[in-house]
Amino acid sequence: MSNAIESPTPQRHALWVRVSHWLLAFSVLTLAYSGFYILLAHPRLYWGEVGNDLTPALLELPLNDNHRPEAWQQTVTFDALANKPISASRTMEIFNQNGWARSLHFLAGWIFVVAGAFYFAFGVATRHVWRDLWPRRGGSYSLLQRWAYTSVAFGLLPFMVLAGLAMSPQVVAAFPVLLDIFGGHQSARTLHFFGFVAIISFVVGHVAMVVLTGFGRHMRAMIVGK
Amino acid sequence: MRMNKRFTTRRAVMKGLASSAAITLAGCSASEPPTYGNVLRMGDWLTYNAHRLLLPRHSLAREYDLRDISAAPAIGTTDPSDPSQGGFVQEFAEDYARFLHEGFGDWRLTVEGSVANPSSFSLEDLKRMRSRTQITRHACEEGWSAIMQWTGVPLRAVLEAAGVRSDARFVQFHCYDAFVDGIDMLDALHPQTILAYGMNGRDLPIAHGAPLRVRVETQLGYKSMKFLRGLVVTSEFDDNGPYGMIQNGWSWYAGI
Repeated sequence: MSNAIESPTPQRHALWVRVSHWLLAFSVLTLAYSGFYILLAHPRLYWGEVGNDLTPALLELPLNDNHRPEAWQQTVTFDALANKPISASRTMEIFNQNGWARSLHFLAGWIFVVAGAFYFAFGVATRHVWRDLWPRRGGSYSLLQRWAYTSVAFGLLPFMVLAGLAMSPQVVAAFPVLLDIFGGHQSARTLHFFGFVAIISFVVGHVAMVVLTGFGRHMRAMIVGK
Repeated sequence: MRMNKRFTTRRAVMKGLASSAAITLAGCSASEPPTYGNVLRMGDWLTYNAHRLLLPRHSLAREYDLRDISAAPAIGTTDPSDPSQGGFVQEFAEDYARFLHEGFGDWRLTVEGSVANPSSFSLEDLKRMRSRTQITRHACEEGWSAIMQWTGVPLRAVLEAAGVRSDARFVQFHCYDAFVDGIDMLDALHPQTILAYGMNGRDLPIAHGAPLRVRVETQLGYKSMKFLRGLVVTSEFDDNGPYGMIQNGWSWYAGI
């Protein structure tokens, strides 16, 4: 850590690094914002394939009244079935901003995927990934920084894309293995949420380090290149 | 499930930004969904076209066992004849209340548009056609899911009975809760796209769309429209005016 704080000269960033950094930063923040609004419609998390207001939650997030809606009536039972499932009608209107939030999430998702592919292709071709990010000693970033960058760029972010795809009805019809990998639709949703928490933690840490080690200098380096 | 009618400042700002940007998609003709010169719709358009281009056609959604059937909320309109509910329209409500009273004996599903024989089918007619029973997962856009068993007639069988013309590209669903929405012919002819009259081994309950609802297993729950009145087969994309879900900011394509 001290290594990073004392880092004398920031990286000189190539143009392609600067462009993809800001495109990725913009899309990830937009994904986080719209994703949070999507979550607000149903801030309950589950494990497995199924979860809804009539089944127990793994985690209820008290973000608004939607996490525990009380108004249900006209319960129907399906007695002929062994586990006697029920149905009930919701009688209150919930907070739901999923129309625009979902469309914005996917618009940002496309920008993220294109910018991420661009970054990955250039990062490998120019050996930037090996030289500056891969966890090894030497160069201008500390080992801890390298671990953080590598695990977010090549672990967490691709994981988020896959967990997101595992919630898509059309994609899992084509690739049902995604449901098996994540343990079901609701597990994928829960893991997608924890991935969001991890990304926000990384962004907070990243921005804190930038501020602590010379905000102006780092911003100049990432905007004009030196 | 249904749209939220409260119009927030944020959404107003978004719409303003979208229209002032006046971005239109190259190659997005009037017959191509979605038709909106709206920034937010660009991602929907990309997702729809990427799915149609890249994904294998007619892969089956996973089907489950009887023991996997779960509790299932009924949301949106749960009785079209109830004036307190969203989607209430006096004319439809009166018809629906009458059908309900008579056990749907007089109810008909009309099929019109780009078909050789515009027709109407009673519930008995539909039950005499070939049937399909499937236990599938309903994924609601809100974020929850439920597994239920559905029994119905494949939409393909109904379209074949009416003789779909070669220019047909979309199937629009008109419902007693006044909503109208549609799917493209690929999803319409999908083997798991059925018009369901049975749920979990019994007649479709009112709250779940009696007497007949759509099941589109390759899209989010809001495309599985309830309380069917009629089908219209079209050759052009139609946003269904004020009754279309897309007018309220909901993506036309929900295979996401």
